[in-house]
Amino acid sequence: MRRIKDPSRLEDAKAEAKASWNSLFCGDRPIVCTGMSTCGISAGAREPRDLMRSLLSEEGLEAKYVDVGCLGLCYSEPLLYIKKPGRPMICYGNVSPKTARSLARSILINDESGDSALGAIPELSCGEISSIPSIWEHPMLKSQVRIALKNCGIIDPENLGHYIARGGYAALAKTIGITPEAVIEEVKTSGLRGRGGAGFPTGMKWEFCRKSKGDEKYLICNADEGDPGAFMDRSVLEGDPHAVIEGMLIAAYAIGCTQGFIYCRAEYPLALRRLEVALQQAKDAGFLGENILGSGFDFDITIKEGAGAFVCGEETALMASIEGKRGMPRTRPPFPANAGLWSKPTNINNVETLANLPSIIDKGGKWYSAFGIGRSRGTKTLALAGAINRPGLIEVPMGMNLRQIIFDIGGGVPGGKACKGVLTGGPSGGCIPASNLDIPMDYEAITQAGSIVGSGSMIVIDEDTCIVDLARFFLAFTQRESCGKCTPCRIGTKQMLGLLEKITQGQATNADLAKLEAVAQAVRSGSLCGLGAGSPNPVLTSLRYFRPEYEEHIVHKHCPSMACSGLTSHSIDQSKCKGCGLCVEACPVGAILGDHKKPHRIDQERCIKCGACILACPGKFSAISKRSGAVLEVA
Amino acid sequence: MINSSAQKTDAECFTVPQHTTIMGITMDDKVKDLMGSLGRGRGSLIPLLQRVQSEFGYLPRETVAAISDALVISESEVYGVATFYSEFKLKKPGEHTFKVCMGTSCYVSGGGTLLSQIIRRLGVRPGETTSDGKYSLDAVACLGCCSQSPTVVLDDVIHGNVTPSTLESMISELENGSEAL
Ligand SMILES: Cc1cc2nc3c(=O)[nH]c(=O)nc-3n(C[C@H](O)[C@H](O)[C@H](O)COP(=O)(O)O)c2cc1C
Ligand code: FES
Repeated sequence: MRRIKDPSRLEDAKAEAKASWNSLFCGDRPIVCTGMSTCGISAGAREPRDLMRSLLSEEGLEAKYVDVGCLGLCYSEPLLYIKKPGRPMICYGNVSPKTARSLARSILINDESGDSALGAIPELSCGEISSIPSIWEHPMLKSQVRIALKNCGIIDPENLGHYIARGGYAALAKTIGITPEAVIEEVKTSGLRGRGGAGFPTGMKWEFCRKSKGDEKYLICNADEGDPGAFMDRSVLEGDPHAVIEGMLIAAYAIGCTQGFIYCRAEYPLALRRLEVALQQAKDAGFLGENILGSGFDFDITIKEGAGAFVCGEETALMASIEGKRGMPRTRPPFPANAGLWSKPTNINNVETLANLPSIIDKGGKWYSAFGIGRSRGTKTLALAGAINRPGLIEVPMGMNLRQIIFDIGGGVPGGKACKGVLTGGPSGGCIPASNLDIPMDYEAITQAGSIVGSGSMIVIDEDTCIVDLARFFLAFTQRESCGKCTPCRIGTKQMLGLLEKITQGQATNADLAKLEAVAQAVRSGSLCGLGAGSPNPVLTSLRYFRPEYEEHIVHKHCPSMACSGLTSHSIDQSKCKGCGLCVEACPVGAILGDHKKPHRIDQERCIKCGACILACPGKFSAISKRSGAVLEVA
Repeated sequence: MINSSAQKTDAECFTVPQHTTIMGITMDDKVKDLMGSLGRGRGSLIPLLQRVQSEFGYLPRETVAAISDALVISESEVYGVATFYSEFKLKKPGEHTFKVCMGTSCYVSGGGTLLSQIIRRLGVRPGETTSDGKYSLDAVACLGCCSQSPTVVLDDVIHGNVTPSTLESMISELENGSEAL
């Protein structure tokens, strides 16, 4: 793309971009789009795409291929969209190499094949009408409002023209035409709160930094996304990196920053690569660098790659890390707005917060604040995972209730199992029980329920997950990630973990439970940063809702979910086993012993309790079972 | 040559005799090379460590003096930073590295079983390398791919929806592959 020297030329660039978009999608050649975010790739999207390409070119058919980001329907990945000339773009799910073959055939004979079609994508259909319902009618997408995700899965993230054709950088042009104060006012009107976890009002934060004295100010995009279970920032970075860059430009202009940083975790190699591509494109087009769009506004962005420390998502630790130090948080005040990176005024925002900004400036703060409830305005992206039929990434208006999110959008719990609850807020959050799912996705309501909205991760658990083991799991995480600077977190997480291990191994007493609660309170009130202060949350919330389950472990040495490996075992009923050997083959660690046609035994020392043997044992025998607690001795 | 460091603790790796050459190449030159356009400020320490690691697969002891000289930071501070971040390895990793996701979603979907399976099958614990230098195992927290839980990364390729049996075929493919050589 040529350098765009002033805002009026952006219109020309858009017209040009639209024309080439049309020639790509409305031409006389078939077009195949593949969802190539990390989720798609890990589900094996490369294979059907490449197969399709080689099958079609073998037949001499030169189709066009576009890699897009993630539409959020991760449960049915790999996703391929196919558009035949003169027909609408159709999205297919779970595309195996076999389906790819039959889809390739249907392209060759140009027939309408709708077997595994998830829906038509009107945005990519060039006005062609479809007999297949629109993808936006899909139960997972129907009640979504996509603002931060508006381009994800629709555009090629490595093509700046696609972004511009869909209205990209228009908000930047608008921004530089008004005063920084007016931009801040618009963001305040929108009611946008930080999506990184703390939910601090974005406009207010910008104002602090704008008013702070300093000749040089920095802007940081927090793309550290360390919360296990969260993948919204990854999806946005991989699917629409220019939205984040444009958001940063708007923020930088409003605050008066000249240098920006994107701190992205190293575990996201694809996001890092796409960001690099996008930054270069933005520089070449004149959106970044000196005298942006001829306005006299200068701003540049550097990528900083994280090095694997969860605590570096905390803002002061992140800054220490950029400075080349051990990533340890420090006390606030001074707040970053006054003394942040290299002691200069610094504003830090999350990826999703930034990705919302172009639309807010484009359509106005009022428009954005029309979504949501109470003090939670706009939309929130949520990462659905765990025991749910449709794991994936969604964006809904704030205020939608959790039940609707899990059951209507996420399709409920698979395998006919009961929903036990949902974990929100990651290791600083907690488990909201199934009985309490009628509360809205709202910062205050979720906090009242004992958890936090956090970054938006939602992991659904079913009856097979033990709540005590889960609390132990979280504490193991925070204990490992504790930076060690403050004593309550360093020692407290270790103590809590030790007590939880005792409980899950059936070695704890009621006194231990009381001690756990006391330590939890101390860690919560005494820790330096959110990592420590939030770490007791999974314990306290689970005690609030699931106390009997703790007691079961302590008093009866029994794990009701049969999940705590210290309290469970697999065994073969000698009277039922016919010695067919199927379990021996299925066992990944060779823990099953016995002669052919004679009853087998499980070597408890070797057994990893994966349950593969139970699945392998023919239903007519059903000789293998998992047991827990007191039953163990009887067996 | 680089010492075999599989059995050493991190601290020991940092106190082995200070060679400053690896296979005849002076580390001062190598590090200068890797510095490229990085500035000499403290802020370059982590990017430089990352470049050294991507060159060697870990941070060889032999490079530390050169890093410390290049950035005018004491060796102990370099050590402090290198040990704080889990990305940095002070020991040479195996030929193949398994990273098993132990993030929440993968944990509740059976990631723990996959981890135990590798531990038993290959006789290697998280953070370690087999004594023949063939396999390393890491337990990592969330690869951001939770919709495909449980996930395993084998030599930088991410696999989703891994089951004990697909993991077993990944392992045996490696084992048979290396037998054939
Ligand atoms: C332990 C810890 C980890 C955090 N991790 C992240 C993270 O990965 N991404 C993020 O945006 N914010 C994270 N935060 C919140 C940041 O400190 C900060 O509030 C946020 O980046 C501000 O941006 P926002 O106002 O746009 O939300 C974390 C906080 C704590 C205490
Ligand atoms: S928890 Fe494993 S990829 Fe997120």
